[in-house]
Amino acid sequence: MIPVRQCLKLTPLCSQIRHGSRMFPQLKRGSFNRITDEDVNLFAGIVGQNGIKTEELDHYNTDWLNTVSGFTELVVSPKSVEEVAAVLRHCNGRRLAVVPQGGNTGLVGGSNPVFDEIVLSLERLNNISHIDPYAGIVECEAGVILQNLSDKVGEHGYTVPLDLGARGSCFIGGNLATHAGGLRVVRYGQLRGSVLGMRVVLPDGQILDGRSNMRKDNTGYDIKQLFIGSEGTLGVITDVSLLLPQTPVSVNMALFGCDSFDDVIKCYRLSRQCLGEIVSACEFMDSLCMTSVNDILGLASPLEDSHPFYYLVETSGMNMDHDMEKLETCIEKVFESGCATDGVMAASKDQARHMMSLRENIAPALKAVGFNYKYDVSLPIQHMYSLVEKIRNKMRKTEGAFSVGYGHLGDNNLHLNIITPQYCTQALSLIEPFVYEEVSRLKGSISAEHGMGLKKANYLRYSKDPSMIAMMRSLKDVFDPNGIMNPYKLLPWND
Amino acid sequence: MSGLRVLVGCKRVIDYAVKIRVRPDSLGVVTDGVKHSMNPFDENAIEEAVRMKQKKVVKEIVVASCGPSQSQETIRTALAMGADRGIHVEVPAGTDANLQPLAVAKIFSKLVEKEKPDLVILGKQAIDDDANQTTQLLAGMLDWPQGTMASVVSASDGSLTITREIDGGLEDISVSLPAVISADLRLNEPRYATLPNIMKAKKKKIEKMTPDKLGVDITPRLKILNVVDPPVRQAGDKVPDVTTLVEKLKEKGHL
Repeated sequence: MIPVRQCLKLTPLCSQIRHGSRMFPQLKRGSFNRITDEDVNLFAGIVGQNGIKTEELDHYNTDWLNTVSGFTELVVSPKSVEEVAAVLRHCNGRRLAVVPQGGNTGLVGGSNPVFDEIVLSLERLNNISHIDPYAGIVECEAGVILQNLSDKVGEHGYTVPLDLGARGSCFIGGNLATHAGGLRVVRYGQLRGSVLGMRVVLPDGQILDGRSNMRKDNTGYDIKQLFIGSEGTLGVITDVSLLLPQTPVSVNMALFGCDSFDDVIKCYRLSRQCLGEIVSACEFMDSLCMTSVNDILGLASPLEDSHPFYYLVETSGMNMDHDMEKLETCIEKVFESGCATDGVMAASKDQARHMMSLRENIAPALKAVGFNYKYDVSLPIQHMYSLVEKIRNKMRKTEGAFSVGYGHLGDNNLHLNIITPQYCTQALSLIEPFVYEEVSRLKGSISAEHGMGLKKANYLRYSKDPSMIAMMRSLKDVFDPNGIMNPYKLLPWND
Repeated sequence: MSGLRVLVGCKRVIDYAVKIRVRPDSLGVVTDGVKHSMNPFDENAIEEAVRMKQKKVVKEIVVASCGPSQSQETIRTALAMGADRGIHVEVPAGTDANLQPLAVAKIFSKLVEKEKPDLVILGKQAIDDDANQTTQLLAGMLDWPQGTMASVVSASDGSLTITREIDGGLEDISVSLPAVISADLRLNEPRYATLPNIMKAKKKKIEKMTPDKLGVDITPRLKILNVVDPPVRQAGDKVPDVTTLVEKLKEKGHL
């Protein structure tokens, strides 16, 4: 058993950055042209001098996790769909590779250049054009920050059907391109179900206008769905119409301490039975996760003792009395059955926020400790934690390594993280491809919500049939024959 | 010193994280359907009483709240935090906004007569009226010493040493028991009500009363004339250089 306190020594991050190309030494730069001064001047002509950046590009080149970094020398930030189209048309004609970038909060190295690809930033397309307060629909541009969108629609009594820890930085366009999951999938379903319409610019500069505010529209193939989750490899999303749920009036949060993962599953089952439609989040974390946020970020656990597992359930409804009644029944049943040994309920909004922050800050806390190998997988619920135990066992002889498991229990989505003081290929070889083989064997998904990006592209076969992968390649050729859109991402380049 | 009985007061208020909206009739704020919780300073008061009980200085904690029927939830939270029994002085819903500190102090003075506590702990002020008066009024009515804005309390032989947060800094005083004190935010970190304790709290007794039964007249002495939002902050001007700044300041008569 790795002593917990010993693992959690902070280590400097400067040695962590792995250039995308160095992480995969066999990855060679594609046969794209290189940017010239003429190209830069032409782009400046399209987007204005303010829309061009050629210096201080670190935060575009490097990912949030500080694990991959490219070498771009140019960031272009258009402020309209026409400018996006003109930029892409030129890039396509000149065979210049492009990486569309939103808030740069992705976790699989999909939003950053690997070599010298031009970064096409959506940061200036940040207009919220229209909110329909009766139908609950918002029309906005791709560069709107999720938190800002949430605040704006909140003024009308609506909420965005998507919530994740990166909300202060991520763009809605990026959320769509990566088909982000987050905390509320268990309540509002996957994001693609809330998209009514979208406008996309194709790699050759053609504008595909699929904007619509219709809740039901069965007129032909639903092409926008291809772009959702395409991770910027088929085109650039510029506008979206989203269907919004009502802002709940009564929000409650309960945190349970459990002795085993089996108990967590029992708790979960009971809570869904008692709470039904008011459930808005079901999350779990193990004790090392709790210790990490306690020690590194100073966030205290609301429970007195430490427990092997924690189960967090949030309810959101339109009537406080109704919700409280359901919660009280749920709590009684949980303690009667003995599947939790302790628990707390938030008595104020502040307490509720604090409890959710324990779960949301696991990733930032672990990031501060060392190099994070992150795996985001879908598994049958009863096998979710056994993968963590198997990995922990494999890593037992690696100095300073520790493994944690947490995630969206309600979606059967495990976040497995292994932390070592520094990146090391030996540790990586113990983890991969073992993790992917295990997930494949259990017929799970090797990327539940984070996407393939650069880091997982070559492992696509572990979750998708060869015929599917072949069809994906055909579609890529249809939309992007010159292959300039976010190359080296999503589709395997070496399997 | 041990075996003290403590009477703690708590109030159900709009949750401090909620965005307040003024009622269309400008006579108050919207409370219907809005999240309410225990007044944060009262959480500190209950927490202090529970800690004193854990140290065996206190033997029994009685928690009391004046308000509509939903105040019982607030009392239950206090019971879940560790209070032993509760008293709910019920006032009809809708009139609770007009239940003012003088009336509350009178009610508590009757409760003190009934329960005979050695110590009364209240929250420094409620976050809805920000009055900070009930403790002082009550102490006056009972002719007991008061230790208000307490950020440290320690007990020893029949008296309490209290550190008070005042404008100039901190003040240490000593009060003999019985006394009334009011809790400030830095007094302690209130505990969460754990679920097993919430379940146990359901079995704890809450006695129901009314101001009438206590013989207290709660007619408000103050009348609210008007409630308005603070004025919207005007946008500022950006100036390109110091010369323009000076010009503008002169223009507006500030220089």
